[in-house]
Amino acid sequence: MNPKRKKKLILVSAMVAAVGIAVGLVLYALSENINLFYTPTQIADGEAPIGQRIRAGGMVVDGSVKRAPDSLQVQFAVTDYKHEVVVSYTGILPDLFREGQGIVTMGAMDDKGIFQAVEVLAKHDENYMPPEVEAALKASGKTAADYQK
Amino acid sequence: MTELMLPELGHYALILALVMALVQAVVPLLGAQLKMTGWMSYGTPMVWGQFFFVSVSLFMLGYAFVTDDFSVAYVASNSNTQLPTPYKISAVWGGHEGSLLLWVWILAAWSFAVTLFSRSLPEDMLARVVAVLGMVSVGFLSFVLHTSNPFNRILPQIPREGSDLNPLLQDFGLIVHPPMLYMGYVGFSVAFAFAIAALISGRLDTAWARWSRPWTSVAWAFLTLGIALGSWWAYYELGWGGWWFWDPVENASLMPWLVGTALMHSLAVTEKRGVFKNWTVLLAIFAFSLSLLGTFLVRSGVLTSVHAFATDPERGYYILALLAITIGGSFVLYALRAPDIKAKVRFTWMSREAFLLVNNIMLVIVMATVLLGTIYPLILDALGLGKISVGPPYFNALFVPLMSILAVFMGLGPASRWKNTERSTLIKRVWLSAAISVVAGAALPFIMGGKWNGYVFLGMMLALWIFLTQMRDIADKLKHKGWNVKGLMSLGRSYWGMVLGHVGAVITVVGMTLVANYTQELDARMLPGSKVTMGEFQFELTDIRHVDGPNWTAEQSEIRIWEGDKLVSVLYPQKRRYTARNQVMTEASIDWGLFRDLYVAMGEPLEGGAWAVRVQHKPFVRWLWIGGVVMTLGGLLAAFDKRYRQKAMRQAGVTVQATESENKDTGAVTGASA
Repeated sequence: MNPKRKKKLILVSAMVAAVGIAVGLVLYALSENINLFYTPTQIADGEAPIGQRIRAGGMVVDGSVKRAPDSLQVQFAVTDYKHEVVVSYTGILPDLFREGQGIVTMGAMDDKGIFQAVEVLAKHDENYMPPEVEAALKASGKTAADYQK
Repeated sequence: MTELMLPELGHYALILALVMALVQAVVPLLGAQLKMTGWMSYGTPMVWGQFFFVSVSLFMLGYAFVTDDFSVAYVASNSNTQLPTPYKISAVWGGHEGSLLLWVWILAAWSFAVTLFSRSLPEDMLARVVAVLGMVSVGFLSFVLHTSNPFNRILPQIPREGSDLNPLLQDFGLIVHPPMLYMGYVGFSVAFAFAIAALISGRLDTAWARWSRPWTSVAWAFLTLGIALGSWWAYYELGWGGWWFWDPVENASLMPWLVGTALMHSLAVTEKRGVFKNWTVLLAIFAFSLSLLGTFLVRSGVLTSVHAFATDPERGYYILALLAITIGGSFVLYALRAPDIKAKVRFTWMSREAFLLVNNIMLVIVMATVLLGTIYPLILDALGLGKISVGPPYFNALFVPLMSILAVFMGLGPASRWKNTERSTLIKRVWLSAAISVVAGAALPFIMGGKWNGYVFLGMMLALWIFLTQMRDIADKLKHKGWNVKGLMSLGRSYWGMVLGHVGAVITVVGMTLVANYTQELDARMLPGSKVTMGEFQFELTDIRHVDGPNWTAEQSEIRIWEGDKLVSVLYPQKRRYTARNQVMTEASIDWGLFRDLYVAMGEPLEGGAWAVRVQHKPFVRWLWIGGVVMTLGGLLAAFDKRYRQKAMRQAGVTVQATESENKDTGAVTGASA
């Protein structure tokens, strides 16, 4: 092999190696940081993993929001009109958080079946419905009218 | 009665503009191909006419807003009689239809500018550039007219009151952010048009790079400013003090910026050395395609954010089709022409060309990782494989190390020479900067935070490295030219543009590093009279009262901030309720300074008259945006380098036969020469 070709070969192999490492890192970073969405029905059926970062969401149940008297801890339930999940969160809720509103939260299930949220996602428009929640409602096949306690 | 017809006049003007754009897209191009001067000369008048009619259209929409003409559906859903007049004007681009009209108007304005400042361009080149801009214009004008007409009426039941502009958008930042961002997005269409015109003609030479450079720099400058304004707006208006969320919409603006940055640097190499031509053309196509992709992501409703309006699948498909035609057409043309483009110039791996190539590759890789993280959830969703989201840790994990590598080369670039740099020369130029940045970078975490912090070390070291190598370069140049104003001036605007661009990046890196690592934040339950302590500051809630605004009412607290016995500031954060939409908004109150912001926002009312309050101490947060402004100035300065005009004038006389030899005579003038 002449020196010029050899140089080219080294260069090309180096580039292939660099791209390989980059792709590996990207896929690793991606797999570590993907957050799957679970509907209240899926959570009630025990499909959601415990202790792993996931997203959950649904309509905030009327009358379910309870603030702790002396801290910023708050608890509420979300529903797809078939099942409910209790969400616990400490902090300030977004401006558009309201009972009867569709919301998405990020967090993890604890072993008591309560969703420990670290983030309640804020949306910017009061008519807005998160697509995940819309799909969850469609999947449950129930509407607010079916859901009278 | 005539006044009632004004929206129809706006609509009609838009149709006329579309017709003119059609002529502009076809006739000059045919003229250029068939070498018919008469046909080629159709370009400029069509551009002017199109610009005039789109302006009329935009003005009519603005007039409908200012006069509260709620018979226009778009006005009724985005305005209100109580809305202050400046916001009525900015409401023109507050929704989907109007923001697209603004897009089209800015495209027409860029085309107009091209005809004004490129009169010295060879006739056939100008004809082709104008034709390509015309094609883009046809696509977007017909998109507006078919799917998003802002002049649609609600007749005969005219609403008596409008449903108001989204309160989040009622803000100074939102008056200026979209036009700046669009100036950048759409500005890349000019670089794109030049690239396509050069591909069609087969004349992909250094002259082409020289024509494209100032346009690219200006577009990049506006995009930089637009992104900085968006980040600033999110910081104070979304209420919680974040400045970058890796939201898909932010990514949509970051991707063209990354490729645009690569394009600017690659154009410099193409102009100076005549190499990387293929690559530069590809980047120009990419930059504009990513601008279109950004428009698609933001406007199609596939994403959910403040920028996404009512979902209408037809709109999404339309933009997707435009995107497919643009990318597909460009790449076919590229594939046909690229093999003919050859460069004879050689360079080694220790040259400025090589370092700039690394810069380009890194920027494109960063763009690709951002692109993957942004569209991966969309692809999985479209394939029915589940709804996922990709979190900020993904982006941070890739962005930080990749940009760090880039930063190392940002220091080496200005210190190196074209063609080849002796290893010893390079080491001599940078070793001191390297040593100082490592030592000072390692010391700074202890000085600022009292303990070791790897991220602060990395960020500050790289910022110092870029800054010091740049300063050293200026000093080296002045050694020959003399340490005086004349010496400083003789380096040229292009060179100072580069310096400002790099120093701006340094300022932004310092801001990012320090605010990301040293922000203090506290959520507290506060009653009037209660006090919380965070770091060296005490926050005292002294009063909560009710206040009324033009179209809102609010609860307003008075918060006194003490540092020991010294009163630092009194802040008045509000929780507003906008009456028309009955929407609640957090208005944060900020005591800002060059080295720190104190940020107070009201959360929500709790039992017994208490409020949840968030207080934050954000060191160096202003540096983020100051850096953006400095980069913007750099881009503008570089675009107004004298030689672009001199060159143009000289060329006007001669038939343009740009060859490789031509780049030799430009080397002396600009800072890009070593």
